[in-house]
Formats: sequence, C-alpha cells, structure tokens
Amino acid sequence: MAKKLSNKILKELHLRMVRIRRFEEEAGKMMENGKIPGALHLYVGQEAIASGVMQHLSELDQITSTHRGHGHLIAKGGEFSRMFAELYGKATGYCRGKGGSMHISNMDLGMLGANGIVGGGPPIAMGAAFSNKFRKTKQVAVAFFGDGASNEGSFHEAANMAALFKLPCVFVCENNGYGEYTPQANHQAVVDVADRAAGYGMPGVVVDGMDVIAVYEAAEEAIKRARAGDGPTLLECKTYRFYDHVGVRGMGLTYRTDEELEEWKKRDAIKGFEERLLQIGTLTQKAIDAVYANTNAEIEEAIQFAEDSPFPHPDELLEDVYSVRSEV
Amino acid sequence: MSEAKEQKPRKLPYVAAITEGVRQVLIEQENAFVAGEDVGQAGSVFGYYQGLFDEFGKDRIIDTPISEKGIIGLGVGASATGCRPILDLMFMDFIGECMDEIANQMAKMRFMFGGAATLPVTVLTMAGAGINLAAQHSQSLEAWLAHLPGVKVVMPSNAYDAKGLIIAAARDDNPVFVVLNKMSLALQAEVPEEMYEVPIGKAEIVREGKDMTILAIGRMVHEALAAVEPLKELGVDAEVIDVRSIQPFDTDTAIESLRKTHRGLIVHEAVRFGGFGGEIAAQLQELAFDYLDAPIARVGAPFSPVPFSPALEKVYLPNAEAIVAEVRKTLGI
Repeated sequence: MAKKLSNKILKELHLRMVRIRRFEEEAGKMMENGKIPGALHLYVGQEAIASGVMQHLSELDQITSTHRGHGHLIAKGGEFSRMFAELYGKATGYCRGKGGSMHISNMDLGMLGANGIVGGGPPIAMGAAFSNKFRKTKQVAVAFFGDGASNEGSFHEAANMAALFKLPCVFVCENNGYGEYTPQANHQAVVDVADRAAGYGMPGVVVDGMDVIAVYEAAEEAIKRARAGDGPTLLECKTYRFYDHVGVRGMGLTYRTDEELEEWKKRDAIKGFEERLLQIGTLTQKAIDAVYANTNAEIEEAIQFAEDSPFPHPDELLEDVYSVRSEV
Repeated sequence: MSEAKEQKPRKLPYVAAITEGVRQVLIEQENAFVAGEDVGQAGSVFGYYQGLFDEFGKDRIIDTPISEKGIIGLGVGASATGCRPILDLMFMDFIGECMDEIANQMAKMRFMFGGAATLPVTVLTMAGAGINLAAQHSQSLEAWLAHLPGVKVVMPSNAYDAKGLIIAAARDDNPVFVVLNKMSLALQAEVPEEMYEVPIGKAEIVREGKDMTILAIGRMVHEALAAVEPLKELGVDAEVIDVRSIQPFDTDTAIESLRKTHRGLIVHEAVRFGGFGGEIAAQLQELAFDYLDAPIARVGAPFSPVPFSPALEKVYLPNAEAIVAEVRKTLGI
C-alpha cells in the first residue's frame, strides 16, 4: 500500500467488494434457475474497480454504467432489495420493473443507468459533467465503460468534448480483455486503452484493476483533478471477467481457455485483499466471516422481498413514457 | 395616431421568430443553454442564433465540435441533472450520426428508469429540400422520430408557430424535436413580441372548407393553400389543416374535419412510402370509416433520395400541382 489508509477506508473497500461479489453470485444462481428472466451480465472478478472508484464519490456525484452494471449501483449505495426486485421485474424494483438488469439505475444515488448499448454511457456522463460545470456545483461525473466500448464513436466524441470543455468527468475503462467474446487483441491495436487519452489532451493512467488500493489511489487523483476544474482523466483498470459475458457459464462459446481463467482467479481482488487485511491486522478472520454473514443475510432478505413483491399492474405499461407537463 | 401605429401587427420572418423564441426562453429559464455546431459567434449557418452569443455569452451559447453523438449525449446527461438544454442539430440528415443517443438513450431513459428521470431537452433541427443541397442535406425524416415512444415532434410551417412551438418545447419536460424548414426562413408572419406558446399536440385549421380535408405537414401547408383556388375551380372546397405536431398527433381535429368533408388527403415533403401520412391514413380509416366517400389520398416525395440537379429536385418536391392532381385522381374528376 503506497500510503497508509485508515482502517475505516480499508474496511469499506472490503465491504463494497464483498457486497458486489455475493450479490452477483446469487443473482447468477437466480438467473440460471429461472427465477430472474432475461439476461444478466455479471461483475464477478471486477469488483475492485467500482469499489475503489466509488469510495471517493458521494450520492451527489453521478456515474454512468455499462451492461455489467449491478456492481456500480451496489458500490454507489444501491439497496439489494430494490435491486433484486428490479431483476425479478417487480413493481418494487428501482425502475418499477421497466428497466431490469440492463437499465438498472437510481437518480437519487446519482446512478444514471446501466446501459444496454456498448458505449452508451460516456456521452451521458459527459453531459452530466457539463451540467455540473454549468450549474457551478462541485459534482463529478464518472463514466464506466469497457475495452469494447472504447472502440465506439460515442466514447471518442464524449472524451474529446469533456477535455475540450474541461469538464469534471472521469472515464474509467474496465478493460477485462474481452469485448463480449472477442479478445482485446482482435478488436484494437493498442494494448493500453489509456494511450488514447493523449489523443484527447487528457492524462491516461493504467492501473491494476485487481488491486482495490491501486484503483482507489488512481481514482482519488483523477476525481480530485476533475473536482478542481482541471478536466477529465482516462483511467484504465486491467481486470478480468470470472463469469461469462452473459450469466455464469454463458452460452458455452469457446473463446478463452480454462488456464487463462485460473491464472486470473489467482489474482482475485477480494481474496488478495483479505489476505493483506489479515496480515496487517485490519480485519480478523472472524470479522471477515461476519461481513459475509451479514451480507448473506441481507441478500436472503432481499430475495424474499423480491419474491414477495407484486409484478407491475398492466396499467403501468403506458406510464413513464412521457413526463406530465409542469410549469417552469 | 401613435396608438394606431402601435397596434399595427408586427411581422417577422421565420428565421427571426426562431431567434426570438430561443432568446425569450434563455431569459426565462436560467438553466437553459444552446449547444451545437457553429451556434456561437457564427450564430448558426441559418442565422437564427444571430446576436445571442453577444447577449448571453459563451457559457450559454456553446459551440461544440462536429460531434452529433456528443451533442445529443450532452443534452441527455445535462437535462437529466437539472439543465434545460436547447440542442442544435444543424441538418436533420445528421440524425444518423446520433440515432443511438436519440432512440436508445434520450427517448427511453425516463421509461427505463421507471419514471425517475426527467429530460427537458429541446432539439432544433433543419429539414427540407428545395435549395439544391442534394441527398444528405435535404431530407424530411420526421417519421423516424415519430416512431419513437418518449420523444415529441413538431414541425412549424410559419413564423408564428416557429416561435410558439419553440417556447412550448422548451417549457415541456420531455425531449421535443422542433423540425424547422430551410425554405421557409424568409417567410413572414405576424409574430407577437411577448412570449406565447403554440400547444404541442394541436393541429390548426388554416382554411375552412366542406368537401375535402387536406392534412399538410410543415412547408406543405403553403402548397396546400396554393392548391385551394385550383381545387375550387374543380368544384372542391378544401379544408386545410396544418398538422403542426407529429408526435403527439392531433387525431381529434383530423377526424372532426373528416366527418364534415368526407374526403381526406395528406401531404408531406418526406418520401411517401413509409411516411407519416401512412399513419394518418390508417387512423382516419380506423376512426372515420363510415364517413368516408373516397379513399384517403397521400402526396409525398417519390421513393428516391433527394436529387441535386435543380431540374430533378423540382420534379421531386411535392407541390400544389401534385396535390391537385392527386385530388383529381382520387375523386375521378
């Protein structure tokens, strides 16, 4: 650890990661046993990124997420119960059952949506950052996106405009090595997405996305810079998807080796971090066990809440398409 | 004497009515701003932001890069977080550059979030052929937008409506596209100086008649009005309705007129096949079938990109003669 972080922060980082991991593991099971309809893109393996970045954000700060968005919402303060309810398509979900996994969001938490469109988030985050600057608030907007999205024109336009307007924006690239089922080497000639930052006139930083402290420290600098009015940063976090593109085992496509997966699992962000916390005495094994036990209890309760919740009434279908007019 | 002078109605060209509408919105709404290509000191390639940069400054009249995805994305993110952006999509043809941001983000965000997001964003964009700008700067693509639940679409045919619809759009809490027409920029109309709204979702009967309802969209209103006299000579007293609002469409006004005239024709500049006229025709036959004395007729551009050559563009564009010809064909006169 480059500098001494307080036990409070270390414990919070750990808690955020465990909450994401356990939520995703259970969500994956619920999808595979047919309880959750549709498709889930799970964040298992990438927890250090959302956790390390969100540690610096308040509810006032905004984020845009990806199709793999549960982890971002959890790290931003999302409640398990309303999240599971949304995944179940229930009326009590964050989006009243209208968004589901791919559009899960909560405006009150500054979570401007998971997004079913690869590259959908960065222009929206840039717009939120523009709004923050226009309204002269000190809010920061963070766009999470993948290596795949870094090839979309929308990312390019958002990055250029954020740098041009010196917006309070951070672009966090979660490079998990695959754009869906296509390895990075087959979809872009650069090795480090962060190299592209130079083309926009912003700093580009590469960080180990399996190391929550490294992410935390790099994000701290980028967010400070954004908040100070010095413009955006492109922060690339190298990571890996432990589950498949969709679901847990996915569609059974052959595109990566078991050996590769096992190699990355040795670098599991949570396991490694727990070993360090035990070593330096921040947490005891008993305390770690308690974190899991509490999280599991909360998940159990949340799933029960989702199962007990009603589905939306058919009359609700046509609600929320438009906003009913209000006088300015 | 001086009183009489003051009462004389003021006339403004369409272009100046746009400017005045935007200006009054910027004064009224402190979180409103204009963002788009060449909108700043240049004042837009169509001239309708002239003077606004000097009056409101660079923080509220914002030149963007040529980045339509970025412009619409900026509007989505900013409107969802407390601003009321007025975006400028210079030519409607450029919509292809940002259709994801429009169709998948702007239009759907509120619904996908279960009503938690509100996007008070206005997009001004310029449509229409007639000045030899060829296939990529002349289209009328309103049907693309009207098909998207979550956005509203209006098409002012005159200066009065341009100002009133811009103000209504800016006060609306939804994404509203104001589809302007480049051939109409110099058209004069009486435009009150005060702020007023033309309601979104309301058509206007611009000429009453008893034999045939002509539902005209955008600039075609003027062609429909030009067809009134020749139609009269053929014994057809036409009622002309300016549709004004595509989404929502004012079904009631159209049906009420059709119940009186028993005959209907729709005219728009967009390509006829798959154009918005098809939707109107379907609604009319669904809701007023028993009143109809003739098939619903449609006039629109042929199934072709907009041609460059003046000789071809003239043939391409629907006009009063085409309306008269279609009426004759439909009624067998």
